[in-house]
Amino acid sequence: MPFAELSLAGAARRLEGPLLFLERKVRVGLNSAVEVIGPDGQPRVGRVALVDEQRMVVEVLESTTGLGLADTRVRLQDAPLAFGVGPGMLGRIFDSIGRPIDGGPPVPAREFLPVSGWSINPAARALPRDFIETGVTTIDLMNSLVRGQKLPIFSGGGLPHDRMATEIARRARLIGEEGGGFAVVFVGIGVSHDTAGGFREAMEESGAISRTVMFLNRADEPSAQRLLTPRYALTAAEYLAFSEGLHVLVVMTDMTNYCEALREVSASHGEVPSRKGYPGYMYSDLASIYERAGCIRGRSGTLTQLPILTMPADDIGHPIPDLTGYITEGQIVLDRELDRRGIYPPVRVLPSLSRLMSSGTGKGYTHEDHPALSNQLFAAYARATRVRVLASVMGAEGLTETDRKFLDFGDAFETRLVAQEAGRTLEASMRLGWDLLRSLPRSELTRLSRAQIERYFGKGHA
Amino acid sequence: MSEAVIRWASGPVIRARTEALFHSYEALAVGEAGLLGEVIQLNGDEFVAQVYEDTTGLKPGDRVTGTGSPLSVRLGPALLGRIFDGLLRPLDCADDFRLTTGTLSCETLQFSFEPAVEAGARLVAGEPFGLVTGKRDHPCLPPPGVSGTVRRIAAAGEYTDEQTLCELEDESGNVHALAMSEQWPVRTPRPCRERLPPNAPMITGQRILDTLFPVARGGRAALPGGFGTGKTILQEAIAKWCDADVIVYVGCGERGNEMAEVLDEFPQLEDPRTGRPLMERAVIIANTSNMPVAAREASIYTAITVAEYFRDQGRHVALMADSTSRWAEALREVSGRLGELPGEAGYPAYLSSRLAGFYERAARVRTLGGKEGSVTVIGAVSPPAGDFSEPVTLHTKRFVRCFWALDAERARARFYPAIHPLTSYSEDAGRVAPWWQAHGNSEWAKHRERLLTLLGQQARLERMARIVGKDALPAAQQVTLTCADLVNDGLLRQSSFSEVDRYCSPERQAAMLRVIVHFLDRAEEAVQAGADPSVIAALPVLAELARLGEEYGEDRIAGIEQLWHAIDDAFHAIGGSVDAVR
Repeated sequence: MPFAELSLAGAARRLEGPLLFLERKVRVGLNSAVEVIGPDGQPRVGRVALVDEQRMVVEVLESTTGLGLADTRVRLQDAPLAFGVGPGMLGRIFDSIGRPIDGGPPVPAREFLPVSGWSINPAARALPRDFIETGVTTIDLMNSLVRGQKLPIFSGGGLPHDRMATEIARRARLIGEEGGGFAVVFVGIGVSHDTAGGFREAMEESGAISRTVMFLNRADEPSAQRLLTPRYALTAAEYLAFSEGLHVLVVMTDMTNYCEALREVSASHGEVPSRKGYPGYMYSDLASIYERAGCIRGRSGTLTQLPILTMPADDIGHPIPDLTGYITEGQIVLDRELDRRGIYPPVRVLPSLSRLMSSGTGKGYTHEDHPALSNQLFAAYARATRVRVLASVMGAEGLTETDRKFLDFGDAFETRLVAQEAGRTLEASMRLGWDLLRSLPRSELTRLSRAQIERYFGKGHA
Repeated sequence: MSEAVIRWASGPVIRARTEALFHSYEALAVGEAGLLGEVIQLNGDEFVAQVYEDTTGLKPGDRVTGTGSPLSVRLGPALLGRIFDGLLRPLDCADDFRLTTGTLSCETLQFSFEPAVEAGARLVAGEPFGLVTGKRDHPCLPPPGVSGTVRRIAAAGEYTDEQTLCELEDESGNVHALAMSEQWPVRTPRPCRERLPPNAPMITGQRILDTLFPVARGGRAALPGGFGTGKTILQEAIAKWCDADVIVYVGCGERGNEMAEVLDEFPQLEDPRTGRPLMERAVIIANTSNMPVAAREASIYTAITVAEYFRDQGRHVALMADSTSRWAEALREVSGRLGELPGEAGYPAYLSSRLAGFYERAARVRTLGGKEGSVTVIGAVSPPAGDFSEPVTLHTKRFVRCFWALDAERARARFYPAIHPLTSYSEDAGRVAPWWQAHGNSEWAKHRERLLTLLGQQARLERMARIVGKDALPAAQQVTLTCADLVNDGLLRQSSFSEVDRYCSPERQAAMLRVIVHFLDRAEEAVQAGADPSVIAALPVLAELARLGEEYGEDRIAGIEQLWHAIDDAFHAIGGSVDAVR
């Protein structure tokens, strides 16, 4: 990064948490990038958060430990924080702020892009429509993912979300397409060494490591940096998608760590907290990350996001999953109960949702009966769970015959359709779906048209 | 123009020093790029302003210029069929996909103008001086409050929307230069001659709304729901199929892909009433969640000002605001930066009066020109964790007449629209009943009551069935449950993605409601005559009725009438078997 512009020594007057108050000796604009250099000679990234006639306040985005006042220098750049990106990033590993940590040489930069990105003009967006086959039935059949979508996994501590994300990253492809033109950006936010290592190994095994860029912010690194990790990673992803024309899948884990860091930094700024101590602007802040997914008209690349977050105390109403759900295009919810029963992937189907499913499935995209089938499975499974509550009160004997059929359907749905060891094609998933519905009385299948019932179950009454 | 100099800047808030006169809520051009801003506090020779755009690069010493008027937008023929940002700057003419700050340069559009008056004529307020012809005629009205004698009028021809076409001299001798378009301050409601009480429904084409919870033209409805309950899909469905003349759709702090979806779909869909592309009647205002927060606050006012502008031309306008919660959060964020004392949940204490001010701008009116026009407001609310007891939902509830509560459990079973029939209400139902009774269903009010009662009973009986088992319920109650299922499946469920059922005309709605009530009547009679509830539940005609929406589209309304006979025959057969047992 060219940091040659202005250097100030001895201007620091006060240091308070991440905020460094300086005497303003030069004309500098809001949000300009700053390097703060302490007596250790280490540059720390920061940005200008406030300017007035006498002073300016620099928000240091890394640890301020060891900084002094008289012996601290700052170097100012009259432009916002930027990241030098280029095609050489593929196959490399970076730290939170885009410095290679794999021992390799620096990446030659083709472009310097601001890490905060730009708002994409809504009129320039193309509607995401390309169905991605992930091999997971509960996603492909029930909550389809399309290119350019942001679909988070709502998980909990100890659930196999990392395994799922890895498998999706390895398998994801368009139907009938074999590799090429794709890239995976893995963003570890406050993750442990083994999570990052596991992902790396999996990508190596599948031979996709040369198409993968990793950004790692480890759990023991300062929280302020955690706020930058997804921004650097997405800047790289945007470059790969919109300048290099690749189909980029960004896996971000764990967004809960990001939000915790946001709360910590907000508190250190002395801001008025909103729900559960998180800042009132957390919605806008998360949106500035998630909204960087999408497809652009006239550009061949796409940016798809698969953020992972662990719901604190498995509570979907907690501000982190709640605000995320309001921004993202659906969610895949994992369930502890299913996990305990050994069902993998433990996807809780009913609260899961893909908002873009309707634009990427059906006639001309997947199969014309795909939406109706998924709709009917949802309705039947919802009924099965209601019957299950009834059965738990009065026992299965007290149920009507129809209800008993639904009860059996619910069990089969979980053990045969939700659970899977290997990847399934959409075709196989659909076959399985029709198969399960066959056990129900036809008169109950009100989400299917008569023509569909005849097509899949033959004529006559069941 | 008054000038000032920035002396403090942080986030979207600046403080500037001036010797000139600045006024509260005056619009500003800030810095070299001319970012749009607005004065919010005055204090001696200093004022505080909020900036609607990204403030990166602003520094002390930068110049601030006052525009002399409050934040205003240009209203004219260049609105319909296009997409704008929250400050009504067109988004469809940028060549880069990245949004830049400052004004976008768009090519100037030309419109065909035909004069409607001659020089020397008297023009009263609200009377057109000309007409913009094209896909859709657009009357050119003098701005509210301007009237007088026409001194000069342009000949028919092609003009830009800012060119002076008419000069009007008022009684005190002031000359007003009028163009096809006019500037109007967004925070000021546009005047009308009088407000009229609501009398007719705005047909949304969604059965659960039109039948159970109708909204009147000029009414106000709130659509609260947690994430994933289908707020946006329902808003979009209403925007597509409702019988308003003009749709103003404001995406306030929501997803960019949703805007892309609207832009993708609307031009391809046809208005069921006119056969024209839906886009031609729509104005889309987008301030997505990653666009600057301060402009989000303004976008709601921009949208309702545009809606009032079309109302003043004598049109019926529907305004969809998705979501008012994001707007409230923008208020909270700006208020926090100004250091105001927070009220409930951190929202500023004036939240409720702002909400009231917004919803009060919905009305059915007699315009200044004597025509009838209306603005119907439908505001989505996104309560945190789907909890309707939070401040935005609670305050909104005080100011709306229709409350369409979305239910997570219905949404999970993919039962859409997921409006909960027991927690929702409509105060307009009584007012629109006469309309329905004159349009296809003379017993509409009675039928509506019947369905609501039935759905209420269903909830109670299901609780009971959970304890004693469904089979243990008396026969009449088992039939009640069967009937309630039919009402849900056959009438209330409606897929926005189905080409057959996404829109339901009033004629089809009336036919469907009547045939279903007919089934309920016959089922009740039958069970009283001793019919077996499980036999009724297994009637093939019941399965047919459950698919009514999908199988009987707009072209098969006559087929619905024939089902009456099928129902009579089916019950006659059961009746026969009951008789035989005796």
